Amino acid sequence: MFGLNKKDTSFLLIVIALTMATPILLQPFAEGSELAQFNGGYPDLMQKIAIFGIFAVGFNILFGLTGYLSFGHAAFLGIGSYAAVWMMKLLTMNVIPAILLAMIVSGLFAAAIGYVSLRRSGIYFSILTLAFAQMSYKMAYSVLTPLTNGETGLQLALDDPRILDGAAEGSSLPVTNIFGIAMNSSYKLEALGRVFTFNVGYYFCAFIAILAFYVAIRLFRSPFGMMLRAVKSNQQRMTYTGLDPKPYTLAAFVISGMYAGLAGGLLAAMDPLAGADRMLWTASGEVVIMTILGGAGTLMGPVLGAGVIKYLENIFSKINEGVLHDWFSFLPDGVENVVIWVFARFTGEGWHLTLGVTFMLVVTFLPGGLIEGLRRLSKRVKHGSQKRDKYDDPDPEHRPEPGKRVAGE
Amino acid sequence: MSKTDLTRRSVLRTGAVAGAGLALPTIFTSGASAFTNEPMGGTVTLGFNVPQSGAYADEGADELRAYQLAVEHLNGEGDGGMLNTFSSKVLEGNGIMGKKVEYVTGDTQTKSDAARASAKSMIEKDGAVMITGGSSSGVAVAVQGLCQEAGVIFMAGLTHSNDTTGKDKKANGFRHFFNAYMSGAALAPVLAARYGADRKAYHLTADYTWGWTQEESIAAATEALGWQTVNKVRTPLGAGDFSSYITPVLQTDADVLILNHYGGDMVNSLTNAVQFGLREKMVNGKNFEIVVPLFSRLMARGAGENIKGILGSTNWHWSLTDAGSQAFVKSFGTKYGFPPSQAAHTCYVQTLLYADAVARAGSFNPCAVVEALEGFEFDGLGNGPTLYRAEDHQCFKDVLVVRGKENPTSEFDLLEVVEVTPAAQVTYAPDHPMFAGGALGACNAG
Repeated sequence: MFGLNKKDTSFLLIVIALTMATPILLQPFAEGSELAQFNGGYPDLMQKIAIFGIFAVGFNILFGLTGYLSFGHAAFLGIGSYAAVWMMKLLTMNVIPAILLAMIVSGLFAAAIGYVSLRRSGIYFSILTLAFAQMSYKMAYSVLTPLTNGETGLQLALDDPRILDGAAEGSSLPVTNIFGIAMNSSYKLEALGRVFTFNVGYYFCAFIAILAFYVAIRLFRSPFGMMLRAVKSNQQRMTYTGLDPKPYTLAAFVISGMYAGLAGGLLAAMDPLAGADRMLWTASGEVVIMTILGGAGTLMGPVLGAGVIKYLENIFSKINEGVLHDWFSFLPDGVENVVIWVFARFTGEGWHLTLGVTFMLVVTFLPGGLIEGLRRLSKRVKHGSQKRDKYDDPDPEHRPEPGKRVAGE
Repeated sequence: MSKTDLTRRSVLRTGAVAGAGLALPTIFTSGASAFTNEPMGGTVTLGFNVPQSGAYADEGADELRAYQLAVEHLNGEGDGGMLNTFSSKVLEGNGIMGKKVEYVTGDTQTKSDAARASAKSMIEKDGAVMITGGSSSGVAVAVQGLCQEAGVIFMAGLTHSNDTTGKDKKANGFRHFFNAYMSGAALAPVLAARYGADRKAYHLTADYTWGWTQEESIAAATEALGWQTVNKVRTPLGAGDFSSYITPVLQTDADVLILNHYGGDMVNSLTNAVQFGLREKMVNGKNFEIVVPLFSRLMARGAGENIKGILGSTNWHWSLTDAGSQAFVKSFGTKYGFPPSQAAHTCYVQTLLYADAVARAGSFNPCAVVEALEGFEFDGLGNGPTLYRAEDHQCFKDVLVVRGKENPTSEFDLLEVVEVTPAAQVTYAPDHPMFAGGALGACNAG
């Protein structure tokens, strides 16, 4: 179906089913119960997971396939957001033109930045992209204030022209919509003691994410994807066979930049504000962590990584000391305070510590990311725990076989 | 492994399917409650969105303490604090309209994006009916915009930029704190009286909405008194080290340095300035002076010795002797062991004002609350008679001009009040040029 083989088709169908059911899957605990704290099925989080999933999938096209580690991808995210908000200010609150412009503008920036950065590889490439991203951030923060509104962030105003929408009705800000359907409208279903929120914005993001995911599958399976893998495995050998890797890497860079722009545009479509913080190097680092945490070079890994990180960020950062008190109130006072002190380091504003520990554990024990963990688990379930010898390594990508000896060596 | 028939036809087909999907009519509609997050059960949830990390983390921590105290008092626990001195008497200590007050907290990280995300999850996940907090005007403006769109009330915490109730004002947003224009209007006469009318000022300014408007306000107010402005330099928020910005000051003939910095930034820039010997310097036959237009006790503590003798303005100070201030300092001190900061004060007051407005309106509906707050006159909350002006949702009250104390008696007794500038002197027309360019719009109930 859709030019995919049978295995990929079923894979895609599973992804579609999971995405559609997210509002239910992320709301496993009954309302009002102690564990309701861990419910993640509210629109903002679900939208973020879908959007950062797109961002990470795009990043993975560059990093996972060609091995070029860009440390400045957040710049395209930010540029996409700014472009989208400007479109909403000038043209229309319909999100389609905003998202298209976001992709085009970030694609152009990616072409320019990629053209320069891709002259170098390895760490120099990473540093160059980082430098460009920081430059974009600084410019958005101060020099380009008329265009970006600096630290406050670019926002909609009542007196924006919005040519296509005609005169503003009423005196409140219009909301982002798609052909008249507001992004923030949602249908709440109360069932089984839980409240499920089906949000238009989320399903819009999910739809785009599935499209983006489909395109990524096609890319991975195409001859073009093969070429990108060739760049990763041995660029010199590729050059010797008479192939110029540059157009391929530049194309990959632009594509992944456009994915980032798309994600940025969607962020603005969900919440029409673009802040310079989106381009900060920490944001670039975040997508690297998402991809590696989930599993670089795999299709599902980056999406999984994005989901885990956004969930941790939103849920763990909200567990403050008051909540901890409620949890541990059954303990004697002295013990309670110690336990709360320890937990408080890992929750609330300390959620980064939780993320750090998770990341370290994954990188140490599951070099292929969470995807590798899942794969090992399913293997364990299928084949039982067989004793493996040391050559039976499940992750050849990270420990490649020794190269075949060439005659005359 | 690869199967590639990405032909023109298949692309077109995919596009057509996508288009059809987009054009499908929606079956989803909005929920059926009267307004966003209408409190249904026996409780009402407020969202406290404060910086817990970054340059303003100290202020954020103190704000959170004040919020917790306010919730206690609203729920009838503790000694009631300023509820006893508040001129409006509708709050009875049984929550808000009989509903017990609960709260959720979030970290703004002093970043607009993070603050909005945090506020959004409070509204969507926790059902907060009012968001309050913020220690940065950039954040306040961003969150205020979000609350307007979402249809909840935003009670601004510590935000001093003119834009919050000027260019970026919103119908659902309210500010109790004073603003940069008021600082300028209160401070300028005191500066002229002490330092003379013939001075050359050099501005170092935090590079965001608050810094810009404060620089503009102070420069305008001092220039009206005959001062000259030598230079205005923008510094990034959270720069850490300001020595590279201080050295150029020495090259000019400026004899006053105005630090439009706040929180950790102000502590660092002032320390740098003192280290460079600016305070012992003589320029044009006059002693070099440093002015910090927006002062707080937390900053004074951070800056230590360096703060002595430096003039600034503040919204409130714990040494005030009116009944409201004393009641607040007493209950805050009893609970936490030290006096509250101005950030704590404004946040506490905002929570009370919101609860009172709901009780007077008899509804949590944001539009009813807006109506109850607009033009509301009250007293007994530490600032004397105060008006919530209907035109821009800004409070008008007395402004304190303070100075770093030469001989502090305790680690909290760091500022002394030099002058209480009456509200009339800091009042401006709603269409003042520094506040022009925005519109409140209509209230949004979601």
